[in-house]
Amino acid sequence: MKGMTIIVKKTTQLIAGMVFLYGIYVIIHGHLTPGGGFAGGVILAGSFILLILSFGSDFIRLTKEEAGSTLYENLAILVVIVLAVSGLLFGTRIFFLNWLPKGTVGELVSAGILPLYNIFVGIEVAASILTIFLALVIFKEESSQ
Amino acid sequence: MEIAISIITGLMIVGALYAIHARDLLSAVIACGIVGYGLVICFLLLKAPDLAIVQIVVDTITLIIMVAVVLDSSREEPFSKPDAQGYISIATSILLIVVLFYFFKIATESLDAFGSGSLRMAGPYIEGATEKTGSANLVTGVVFDFRGYDTLGEATVLVTAVLGVLTILRIKGKK
Repeated sequence: MKGMTIIVKKTTQLIAGMVFLYGIYVIIHGHLTPGGGFAGGVILAGSFILLILSFGSDFIRLTKEEAGSTLYENLAILVVIVLAVSGLLFGTRIFFLNWLPKGTVGELVSAGILPLYNIFVGIEVAASILTIFLALVIFKEESSQ
Repeated sequence: MEIAISIITGLMIVGALYAIHARDLLSAVIACGIVGYGLVICFLLLKAPDLAIVQIVVDTITLIIMVAVVLDSSREEPFSKPDAQGYISIATSILLIVVLFYFFKIATESLDAFGSGSLRMAGPYIEGATEKTGSANLVTGVVFDFRGYDTLGEATVLVTAVLGVLTILRIKGKK
């Protein structure tokens, strides 16, 4: 896959960081405003897809990137399961128990364990969608050779 | 509001029908976009911003990937005239549609009006959720606390999908 013109490249350089930041905002504020792990994760993956589409596939080492995103995806889903099991160790021993202190409603650090779930599900979704996209691109590159 | 939703749903049906019958694959993909973005407006009118955000982002990413795939392929869809078996299939599907509409009409008569009464389980969720979970966004409280198993299942489905894609789309073996 070849890169696009210099106008597209410059615009992407300016915008991709902001898209990434917005994804992080949506994930972190998931327990306060609409959004959350799934939506924010897809926005994060969107910033990477924007970069790959505009700069072409020789700019980033695709196979290395794919190995990294697969690793992050599997680690994130593992952390989610560990967090869910941690409810079995504290308090009233229920799977998916919200055992951390709740704090005051409406503050950024509140709602106990829910922001942690949001963050790790966000990483998992972002890495999954990026991995699927990279697998499609690599498949095309390898089959055209 | 019901009129607006009806108009948008009609537009979505038109877009879906056009996507089936379009000769050019690129216009079919764009017509699929009408369905997705119409659904976004429906979610916003029904006061579900969480769903609207997820739908608009996922729809955009899917559209980008599909456009990239279509631009790389031949873009022309092979079209053939239906033969005898095709006409039998068409008649069967029309019969099925009539039967389904009949039972759908019977079923909707015994339901509450659209959007009026909440379900039996939704009442306790809405009443005590903010105190129980400490989350200002009720949807996150339900998704990650009351219905944690569902969310774990969704995340696992994504992981399984990635595993399937990586297994199928591999030409050279990994060292």
